[in-house]
Order: sequence, then structure tokens, then C-alpha cells
Amino acid sequence: MVEQVNSQLPKTLTGIKGLDDLTFGGLPTGRPSLLCGAAGCGKTLFSMTFLVNGAISYNEPGVFLSFEERPKDLEDNVASLGFRVADLIQEKKLVLDHVHIERSEIEESGEYDLEGLFVRLGFAIDSIGAKRVVLDTIEALFSGLTDSALLRAELRRLFGWLKDKGVTAIITAERGEGQLTRFGIEEYVSDCVILLDNRVEDQITTRRLRVVKYRGSAHGTNEYPFLIDDEGVSVLPITSAGLKHKISREAVSTGVADLDAMLGINGYFRGSSILISGLAGTGKSTFGAAFVEAACKRGERCLYFAFEESPDQIVRNMSSVGIDLKDHLDAGLLRFEAARPSLYGFEMHLARMNRDIERFDPQVIVVDPISAFRGPSLEIHATLVRLADICKARGITAVFTSLSSVGDQMSESERSVSSLMDTWISLADMEANGERNRVLYILKSRGMNHSKQLREYRLSKAGIHFMEAYVGPDGVLTGTARLAQEAKERESGMARQQNTEKLRRELTRKREAAKRRIAELQADLAREEDEVETIISQEEAREAMLGSNRSEMAVARGHHHD
Amino acid sequence: MTNKNLESSIDVGSPESGAYNLRLYVAGQTPKSLAAIANLKAICEDHLSGRYSIEVIDLTITPQLAAGDQIVALPTLVRTLPPPLKRVIGDLSNTERVLVGLDIRPRVVTL
Repeated sequence: MVEQVNSQLPKTLTGIKGLDDLTFGGLPTGRPSLLCGAAGCGKTLFSMTFLVNGAISYNEPGVFLSFEERPKDLEDNVASLGFRVADLIQEKKLVLDHVHIERSEIEESGEYDLEGLFVRLGFAIDSIGAKRVVLDTIEALFSGLTDSALLRAELRRLFGWLKDKGVTAIITAERGEGQLTRFGIEEYVSDCVILLDNRVEDQITTRRLRVVKYRGSAHGTNEYPFLIDDEGVSVLPITSAGLKHKISREAVSTGVADLDAMLGINGYFRGSSILISGLAGTGKSTFGAAFVEAACKRGERCLYFAFEESPDQIVRNMSSVGIDLKDHLDAGLLRFEAARPSLYGFEMHLARMNRDIERFDPQVIVVDPISAFRGPSLEIHATLVRLADICKARGITAVFTSLSSVGDQMSESERSVSSLMDTWISLADMEANGERNRVLYILKSRGMNHSKQLREYRLSKAGIHFMEAYVGPDGVLTGTARLAQEAKERESGMARQQNTEKLRRELTRKREAAKRRIAELQADLAREEDEVETIISQEEAREAMLGSNRSEMAVARGHHHD
Repeated sequence: MTNKNLESSIDVGSPESGAYNLRLYVAGQTPKSLAAIANLKAICEDHLSGRYSIEVIDLTITPQLAAGDQIVALPTLVRTLPPPLKRVIGDLSNTERVLVGLDIRPRVVTL
């Protein structure tokens, strides 16, 4: 996978996938390497994997000198990785020795050295002809014995002695404040230093590994995610993938005859990356599944990463559109790997996908959908770049689906991968002439003279079926000038007519309103006239009454004068 | 280089109750080994006369015995009897510490 760097330094394969790649061949043979990290970051499991792989795969027996865990606990712990340590011990391929030092049980009187440890280790190595040694964690000596100056001298001697013995050793150490290890033993073991880290971001834990130093050898310098699960330890040397992959001129059918024709070369290029994006329900997965079915029919192996649906659900749903995956699944040509995106961090997902790809060795993969990943776009981008690179390096044709959100031209994940994709097919819903239709167009497709048409397609029991060239609301998409003109005229004529009608309706409404207002005003005026008339007549009546009263009074007064 | 005479058993006391069974682990005839053997004999004669036995184990000859008694440092003196198991490491040049380590003399707290 990675080019072997021409080097004088002999190396020992760890058998840990990825680590051997990024160190260009493993740990320095016959020298001690330092493995440091905080508690719980997997030092013990990592170094045990080194020994077990050596014993099983490379015929190199190993000695595990444990300063912390008892052999029984150790056996139980690594059993979770599927290691049967007891069998290896039985077969004389492994020796477990537990060094127990308790300061309170030891009295110191006069000079001493650690020759006893040398004797034990030497005896264990010789008893099975060990080529690999793990000391986990030798710093425990510092808490067991008081004379740290002597310990340092003895450790220096021990590491020299290990070199003389010619064993490839891993020395584990706790991460210290401000230095690599708590007791600064990196000073003595300096040929190769590997740092393990366990970080939690957004409640998702990712284990990472970094080769801090590798004397006399090139090595990958980045942090690489690694995982420990029931399959053991694997490291993902993501950035080791370059742009040197070979490309293919061979076309592979998309599984949809009309789409093949649109692409101009009768399919996708083998080993290319294809993005199928679209709104919900546009049939992204169906296009992916159609491609898978076609590949399986050619006898190719397909790996389907499902992040939203369960395998059973996909098989059932696809059978409703005439895509039969079950037979291929049963035949072992198709494999599903389903996981919720939130289950791990991106890098962990990538590491798992990488491992699945290596194990299954498919010609085709489908990742459905990449939009299921949520998180910082930078991280999504990095993850997808690496995945696309891995596929390209292996010549795998990869189909990625992505769910677009309404109103958003490109989702975050699409934007981040668009430049990586060789072919980008966009699926959309189009509303026109009172119906809702699914249309497809090829946004880009590198290295092929593809159709620029917008095509309507239907999903039916017979599969994906394309309709004749489609006329959209904004003009013609068939490329035929006549149809364009007609459609435009028809549309603009219709629009004009609609406009006139609208104006007419408006005028009528205004006229009616004006009439109503005039009527109201007239009614008001009439009422006011009535009122005024009434008042005037009342006034006149009063005037008349007052006049008669006065004359009566005058008569009365005149009567008095008389 | 290894001296067969180094590995030896000195049984001076009788196996009565209160007897000290001591095992001294060394590796070859180094100055530290020889000093430890000499110091141990002297201390036993002075403090445990008639009730001790010493077994010297040379790990250059019998390395397989190192793991059983959890030997890391050398020389290591192990008291197998009376229980509990006690260990003293070093060439045993500090008599006081040997006596404390073997529970012959109670630990004195010095400030």
C-alpha cells in the first residue's frame, strides 16, 4: 500500500494494520521502542497485540513482563480482543511474567542492583527463544524502590542489554507533565517513540496515535486515529494516501441504461468517486442500489455502508423498485455495514470503513448517505477526503449519496466533497404544470462528454426509468430551439393574459368600493337633512308659542292697568 | 566464573519453633554477593545464634527460581519462616535495617 522506503534499518512488523504502513515497515528490529500515553489509552492492549501477532503471524515468540496487571487479569482483558493467551503460553509462544514490587514489603540495606530482573527476563527470553519483549509499565519500579538514581542507571543498562539480546521491545510508560513520560525514561529509549492519546470531543471519544520520533527512519508525522475493538487494534494511516493512484479508462455501468447513455461513456469510470445528491425521496439510495446490483451481476464485490437504514429495510425497499439485492447478499457478493453516524467520531467511522474495505476487498462501495455525518465541516471534509483517497488508491468505484435540504443549494457535506468527486449527479423535485416530477441532471463528470440535459425519471416496479427530454418552467432544457421558443411564447402569453385579468378584477373591485362609499355619503346627507328639518320646525313652533304667550301676558297686564 | 560452593545451605539451628529460614538470592560472585553472604552470616551469628538456616541461591545457575520469589533486585534476602514473608534487598551492610527488615528488632521511627 505504501511504498517501501529504502532503508538500512531492519524493521519488525507489528501486524497492527496501519502502524506498519506509517512506520514503513514496523518497529526497529532488535531495539526498544517507547510507547507512552495516559492511563486507559490502550498501551497494554497495543503492546499485547504486538506480541500476539508476532507469535501467531511471524513466528516470533514473545515475553510480556507485566509490572501492573496480574497474568490472570491480563489474560481476561485481552480475551476481549479475541486473543487466547493461555493457548499461546501452552504452545511456548508466549511467556507472561508478573513483576510485583511493593515498597512496604521491602527493606533496603546497602547496595543492590536490578540483576534479578535481568535474570528473570533473560530466562524467560531464552526459555522460548523470544524475539519480542514488552515491559509494561517499567516505571512501576520507581514506586517500588527508593533509589531513583540507581534505577535510572539500571534502566539504561537494561535497555542496552535488550539491544544486546537482539529482541525487539516495547517499553510502555505513563504520560508525564511537560514530558513524554512521568519519569523521563524517553531519555534512555530513544530509537522510536510512539504516543497514544485518548480524546473526547463532542462526547465522542477518539483514540489517536502519533509517531513522535523514529531514529534513522522516515515515518508519518501526523496523528492517526486507531481503534480497539473485538477485532483487535488497527491504525488508520489516512494521510498516507496520496494522489499517485492509477486511473482507469474502463467504464462500469450505472445500472440505469438511460443514465449510462447520458454519461457518454456508458457508465462511470472504474475507480472514480460519484456523488448523488438530492432532496428527500428523490431516489438517491435507489441509484446507489441500482449500481450495486449491476456490479454484483458482473460478479464484483460490493460493500454498502448504510447510516440511516438497516440492511433488511434497504433490501425490502429496493425490491419494490425492481432491484433485487437479496440474492447477491446471500451469494456473498454484497455486504452491508450499518452503523449510526453518532456511534463514533468521524475518524473512527473512517477507520472502521477502511478496515471493512481492506477485509472485504470490494470493487464497489456505496456510502449512504454522507450527509448523515454531523459535526465541524473541516472534520467531515477531512474524513471524506481520506475515504475517497482510500477508494481511489484501491481502484474502488465509490458512490456517495447526500441529502440536500430544501432551499439550500448545497449541504455542508456536499460542499466539502464536491471537489473530490469525479461525477456529481443531482436529483431534484420540479413543480410544473400541476405535477411534481423527479428530474436528474449531471452537474459534472470529469473526463467525459456527458449530457447537459435535465431529465425526468420515474421509479417504478421495473426500476428507474427516464422520460423523454423535459421542458421546465424557465425555458427549454432539451436543447431544441423550437421547443424553447414555443414554450417561452406560451408562457409569456399566458402570463400577459393572467396580468390583464388581474388588472380588470382590480378595477371592478375599486368601482364597487367607490359606489358603496357614494351611497354611504348620500345616506349620511339625507339623515342630516332630516335632522336639520326637524330642528327648524321645532324652533318655529316654539317661536309661535312664545309670541302668543307674550300677547296673553300683555292682555293680562293691560287688564291690571285698567 | 560461577562457583558451585556459593550455592550452599548452612543449617546451624534446629528446626524448632521460632527458627528463621532465610534464603539469599545472588547472581554470581560479585563483590555485592560476597559482601551480602558475609554480612548475613555475621548478623545471624550475632542475633539468631542456633535458630536459623540460610540457603544461598545463585540465579546465574538457577535463573528459573527468580520469578517464584518475585526477585527483581539483587542481592535479595527472603525470610520464608517465620511468616509473613519478609524481604531485604542490598548487600546487607546496614545491620540495623536488616534486623528491622527481618522483624528481629522493631522499627524505630527516626525523624
